[in-house]
Amino acid sequence: MQTGPGLWRNGIKIGFIAGGVAVLISLIGMVEAFSQRFIIAEGITLGQTLLLAVGLFASHQAARRTPGPGAFGRLLNAVAAGLTAAAVLGIFIFLGSHLNLRKVFINASPILYKLLAFDRELGTGILLLLGTGAAGGILAGLFFLASPPLRGSLGAACGSLVGMGVLQDLLAPTFALWGPLAVINDWIYEVNGLSFGGAVFLLVLIGSATQLWRKEGPAIRNAFGRISPAKRKTLGLAGWLLVALLLLALPQILGLFLSEVLTIVGLYVLLGLGLNIVVGYAGLLDLGYVAVFAIGSYTIALLTSPELGFFNLSFWAALPFAILFGVLFGVLLGIPVLKMRGDYLAIATLGFGEIIRILVLSDFLRPWLGGAQGVGKIPKIAIGSLEFGTPQEIYYIILAGCLGVAYISWRLRDSRLGRAWMALREDEDVAQAMGINLVSTKLLAFATGAGFSALSGAIFATKLGSVYPHSFNVMISINILCVIIVGGMGSIPGVILGAVALVGLPELLREFAEYRLLVYGAVLVAMMLLRPEGLWPEAMRRRELHDKEPGGAEAEPASGPDRTG
Amino acid sequence: MNLKTWRERITVADFFMWVTGGAILLLIVWGSAATLASGRYQPHHWFDFLVFGLAQGSIYALIAMGYTMVYGILRMINFAHSEVFMGGPYTAYFVAAAFASSGFLDSHPVLSLAAIFAVSMAVSTLIAVLLERVAYRPLRNAPRLVPLITAIGASFFLQYTFRGLYGSGFQAYPVVKILEGQWLLGDFRILKFQAVVIVAAALLMAALYLFVQRTRVGKAIRAVSEDQEASSLMGIGIDRMIVTTFVIGGMSAGAAGVLYALMFKQVHFFMGFIPGIKAFTAAVLGGIGNIPGAMLGGIFLGLVESMGPSLFLDGLGIVAPYQLKDAIAFTMLVLVLIFRPTGLLGERLAVKKA
Repeated sequence: MQTGPGLWRNGIKIGFIAGGVAVLISLIGMVEAFSQRFIIAEGITLGQTLLLAVGLFASHQAARRTPGPGAFGRLLNAVAAGLTAAAVLGIFIFLGSHLNLRKVFINASPILYKLLAFDRELGTGILLLLGTGAAGGILAGLFFLASPPLRGSLGAACGSLVGMGVLQDLLAPTFALWGPLAVINDWIYEVNGLSFGGAVFLLVLIGSATQLWRKEGPAIRNAFGRISPAKRKTLGLAGWLLVALLLLALPQILGLFLSEVLTIVGLYVLLGLGLNIVVGYAGLLDLGYVAVFAIGSYTIALLTSPELGFFNLSFWAALPFAILFGVLFGVLLGIPVLKMRGDYLAIATLGFGEIIRILVLSDFLRPWLGGAQGVGKIPKIAIGSLEFGTPQEIYYIILAGCLGVAYISWRLRDSRLGRAWMALREDEDVAQAMGINLVSTKLLAFATGAGFSALSGAIFATKLGSVYPHSFNVMISINILCVIIVGGMGSIPGVILGAVALVGLPELLREFAEYRLLVYGAVLVAMMLLRPEGLWPEAMRRRELHDKEPGGAEAEPASGPDRTG
Repeated sequence: MNLKTWRERITVADFFMWVTGGAILLLIVWGSAATLASGRYQPHHWFDFLVFGLAQGSIYALIAMGYTMVYGILRMINFAHSEVFMGGPYTAYFVAAAFASSGFLDSHPVLSLAAIFAVSMAVSTLIAVLLERVAYRPLRNAPRLVPLITAIGASFFLQYTFRGLYGSGFQAYPVVKILEGQWLLGDFRILKFQAVVIVAAALLMAALYLFVQRTRVGKAIRAVSEDQEASSLMGIGIDRMIVTTFVIGGMSAGAAGVLYALMFKQVHFFMGFIPGIKAFTAAVLGGIGNIPGAMLGGIFLGLVESMGPSLFLDGLGIVAPYQLKDAIAFTMLVLVLIFRPTGLLGERLAVKKA
């Protein structure tokens, strides 16, 4: 075991990095923006949770990377990391209160320093901060030293506590709608955040529930395994029926605002499933995916809107054209990039996306496409006299679209074509040598993805009732890429999970909106470094990315980057 | 039989590409002829376009240097290079603004410009090196899409970090008085700042080229680009050479950023995106991995962009052709990729497939 400064060095180094991150988070305004939302009423805000999470993570890492087996050394290192991080933040507060940083950093306001110093005097605040850092270090160190089952329970409990606090705006109204459940609100929530009693109650409840599951889980699973196959099938069917019923009833349960969020998530699921074919299955990184989305929307607008008055078709008559044009453009844009490698392809498709947007925006095509003002008065979708106007109604159209597209993706995955795509993704040359026709296989991937995207664009156009060129910028392509990467490339449930996490959550957290792309960027980098296969990976891709590790899929995610060392 | 059908299909795609490319070329020729015949633009107009295009193009060329060198050594597109380009001048803006408000900028313009350049280059270099250390180094042997996606993520993270730090508005770069005004040569005029941009960029590129070609470090970088394993056996530190490449890329991007800010007189957190894609286009135009190619590609792209709208599109009767200049640049990229995928001067990559 090392002694002296060698033992501390790691902790202090990690602490400095964490302190830098904490200062950065404060300077870009996240702490202040998130301080309005209380996790625990009048106690802990989301901003404080964020900073605390940085400190705890740093201390945990410091404990993990301590050389030698000593528990005391680990604890010491964790405290060193926590203290250093707090000290860096303290120095920042001290400097900020005496110098005017605001000329450069717009978020370096007195309010921020006050928030960071716990609303106290400068000296007391910094002392409190140091104390929190040390306490956090001890907690994180103890957490690291705890037995794995206890660690799992504690992690799950704290995680769900933060989740319940953050999602109050979603959960409380939902509980309130349902008579008996409304009681829960009185138990755990105050006006703004969880009540203190509620937080303790939740911690105990979830902690003991996970402990119970750990003990009884295998027995329950065994019991399920002993059920006869026929019965299991019935149970499975019942499960699916339940899911279907839930999906159908969802807008009625959730109300108007949340249904609107659901429709946006649904559109991203549609887009994500399309891009999933191009990027996830075939491995063609397409950054101009939004172009086809725009083509789908504009086709619907051109064919249905009375404002332009060219055709005045109904949505259903125009939809086949939208998809057809989408597919056609997908193929046309695909042909020039057939021979390009991954990164060339990305830039060329990005260029295509921009060309389409610039053309739509230009005065040159204005008489036909409306220029910057876009096209309005797109009629609603109607079946007979039934009109789909409100988000709660459009939800069903999108749900139908998602189910259809998910089914097609699922069937395609194991088809001859799907396997050809995956072969292409793994190695183009080998795939070609195996007799796969690169041209048609690639073009079919572009065409299928484009078809899904055009469908999504068509629904998007009638949902908004108007289309603008600004809705189709490169950010959309990046968002969709994030959705499928976070969810897991090539994985259908992954796309849905990714859309809910990356599109649904930000819609619910208003203050999050400004930092959305920042977080997306960070998430992309973190995912690639720590868990490149995504949250809900497809089996084959997981094997591909972890093939060098003996443990395969079971290997700890954090060990991902080490193997390249 | 199988081979034959395969060959036939390839020809259909190729045929389509050639027809499209030919049609675009035809349109270009037709448009240019019509524009020139109409006589709407006088020679001094064209001279204005030429100088502007050269200035813009030399900035693209400087940025393209970073793309092409990183691609040469790591076989990846450093998508976040556009943010390396943005971060420097945006940070240096605050130095410039402080100089301007204290009057130092007017009393010591050369000294303050030097300081602005130094700050910008230092910040850009810092970003580039951090990027390499945090995001790219752990992924050196990862599957090909992984580093690219990381770079895209890093790009957006940096963009919005700077937005959070400095705000989302446009910041007007202070006016440097000695760079205002113009020189007249008969009918032709050269704006002073455009001349400065062209000269500064040319000097920097020459220095860079000599560095890579003549010095030991430059030689080592070229060796690592050629074959990493062999050069590490020859005693070259791969990591150090990769970091050096990022330092060079960062410095040239930082310098290009200040030139860009002096030319367009404003900075913004999103300012790197379009020039970044253009510079990558320039690198591809010249042949990626090829340093003189990047210079040529940048200047070519700058000229096409400044002259293209008036030359190609005006004659075709297109309204407001200047709005379509970015579309012209990207069409250029596609044309080059169709007709000459290795770029104007050819790729200089030992292993063609990354």
